[in-house]
Amino acid sequence: MMFKKLFAALLVLAAVPAQAALEITVSGGDVAPLPIALVQFQPSPEVSLDVAQVVENDLVRSGRFKALPRSSMPQKPTSPQQVEKQGWVSAGIDNLVIGQVGKSANGYYARFFLVDTVSGQELLGQQFTVTSAAQMRTVAHQIADLIYEKLLGIPGYFNTKIAYVAASGFGPARSFQLIVSDADGEVPRIVATSREPLMSPSWSPDRSKLAYVGYERGRSAIYVHTLATGQVRRLVSEKGINGSPAWSPDGRSLALTLSFESNPDIYVVDVASGSRRRLTDHYGIDTEPSWSPDGSKLVFTSDRGGQPQIYEVATTGGDARRVSFEGRQNLRASYSPDGKALTMVNADGGRYRIGMLNLASGDLKILSDGPLDESPQFAPGGAVIIYATQGRAGGAELATVSIDGRVRTRLRQAGDVREPAWSPILR
Amino acid sequence: MTKNILIASALVLALVATGCSSGKKNTQPAAPAEPVSQGTTPYGDSYGGTAQIGASPSDAAVAAERALSNNVIYFEYDSSAISADGAAVVDRYAAYLQANPASRVRLEGHADERGSREYNVGLGERRAQAVESALQAKGVNANQLALLSYGEERPAVPGHDEAAWAQNRRVQLIRQ
Repeated sequence: MMFKKLFAALLVLAAVPAQAALEITVSGGDVAPLPIALVQFQPSPEVSLDVAQVVENDLVRSGRFKALPRSSMPQKPTSPQQVEKQGWVSAGIDNLVIGQVGKSANGYYARFFLVDTVSGQELLGQQFTVTSAAQMRTVAHQIADLIYEKLLGIPGYFNTKIAYVAASGFGPARSFQLIVSDADGEVPRIVATSREPLMSPSWSPDRSKLAYVGYERGRSAIYVHTLATGQVRRLVSEKGINGSPAWSPDGRSLALTLSFESNPDIYVVDVASGSRRRLTDHYGIDTEPSWSPDGSKLVFTSDRGGQPQIYEVATTGGDARRVSFEGRQNLRASYSPDGKALTMVNADGGRYRIGMLNLASGDLKILSDGPLDESPQFAPGGAVIIYATQGRAGGAELATVSIDGRVRTRLRQAGDVREPAWSPILR
Repeated sequence: MTKNILIASALVLALVATGCSSGKKNTQPAAPAEPVSQGTTPYGDSYGGTAQIGASPSDAAVAAERALSNNVIYFEYDSSAISADGAAVVDRYAAYLQANPASRVRLEGHADERGSREYNVGLGERRAQAVESALQAKGVNANQLALLSYGEERPAVPGHDEAAWAQNRRVQLIRQ
C-alpha cells in the first residue's frame, strides 16, 4: 500500500522537536462551499489524536467545504444507526462524517462513515488498521482524501507531504535545514542540515526523491536525495550558479539554472546519464524554470526585457514568449495542474504578492497581501496555493490560500521557514 | 541518520566583520617612510604604497591589514554599479592582489530579501562579476579570483526595511 511505503521512508529521518501550529482564516467568497459536519469520533484511551478534527482541517483548508462547529451539532452519533436524520437536515447538513477509533488485537483501527442525511444512505464506510498510534494522522488524511473525492469527484490531496527550508542565525552561526512534513505542517522531519544555504527543493513525480541546491567547498551544487535510503547524489556542480532544479513530469529530467558558460541560462539535465542540453541563451538572467503538466513547455523568470518577467518556451527549444505583463516584476512562476494558469510572485508598488495568471485571458488575480510573499506553488489538484510569507513575529512562515481567495491558513514552525514544495499525489 | 554532506563547507565561509569606517583614510600613504623589510608582513614584500605607513614592520602590517579589512562593496537596489566607496575597496584589493600574485580572493555576491530567491542568486552573481571586472581592469589576474553568489540566503543584518536591505546588497571580498 502506498502510504506504508512512504511511512517507512520517513522513519529513517530525524524527528524535529518543534511543534507546528496551524491557523485557519475563512473570509467571504463568491463560491459557495459545501456544508459538512464531522462529529468527534468515539474516543479511545489508546488513541489521543482527534481524527475528525484533522479531517475537518484538511477539508476546510481546501476552500471547498464549510464545517459545522461542534457546538452547533444536534447530536454526537458515532455509528450510522445512531444518526437522527431530521436534526442534521434542519441544521443544513447533508453530509455527515462519524466514526470510531481504538485498539485492536493487531494494532489500532479507525472506522468512518460518510452519511447522506437526506436519504440516510452510507456514501462511504471504511476501516483502516495500522500498527502504531502515530500512523493515525496518515489515516486521517486518507479519510479526508476519500471524502473529498466522493463529494467533489476529484482526487483528494491531503495524504501528501511538503518539503521546505528553515534557516536560523546570522553570520557564521547561520544554519539551514531541509524539512519534510505532512501537508498540514505536522510531523516535521529533517532531511538535510547544513551551515551553508539549502534552497529550492523539488519533488520527483513518484515523490521518492528531492532535488535541491546546496553549497559545498565554495561552490553551489544540485543534489538528488533519495528519501527512503538517505542517499545523496551530487548531480551538477559547475562553476557559477547551480540553481532552481525542477523535475520534469516524466521524472527523467531536471530543468535547472547554470551560469558557467556565460550567465544564468536554463538547461535540461537527464537524471540517469547526467547529460544535458542548453534551453535558453540570453545575456539576461534566465532562472526558475517550471514544467507544464504535459511536459511540452517551461516557464521561467528572465530580466531580458529590463525587469524580471515570466517567459514560456517549448521544451524542445526555440523562441521564448513573454506571458506576464501586469506589474513591475513577475517572478518564479509555476503551472496549475490543468496547465491553464500560472501562480507567480507579482511585484508592484514595493509589495511582493502572490498572483494567479489565467494564460488564455491574461487576467491576473492577486491572492495575498504581501509585503514579502514568495515561492508560490499549486497544491495537487489545484484548489489551493502554498507560499512563504513574512510572519507577524518577524520570521517567515508558510501560508496557503484557496484559489478563490476565501480561505487562508498559516503553518507556524520554528525558525525562518520558506520555499515550500508540495509533493505530488501518489496514484 | 540525517544526511549531512554539506556541513564541511561552513568552515570555509567565515563571514568577516562588515564595514570599517577607518579604512578609507589609509588609502593615502601618510609620508615617505623607510621600506618595509621583506617577509615581515602577511602579504610578502610590499603592498602598494599603503604598507609603507608607519616606521616599523609591525605598523606596516597593521596598516595593510586595516586597509583590507574594509572588504565590503555595497550596491543600490537592483543595480550592480560600483560606487565611489566601492571603487576605493577595489583599488586596495587590486593593489594587494597584484603585489601578491599567489594570493586569492573570493567575491561573494549578495542581494536583499526582496524578489525571488533564485533570481537573487543571479543578481548576486552579477554584482560579484562587476567587482571581478573592476579588479581585472586594474590588472588583477583572473585566476586569483573566484566568484560565489549567495543571493539573499546570507544577510549581513536582519530586518525588513531599507536600512537593512542597503547593508545586505553587497559583495564581500574574502581572502582565501
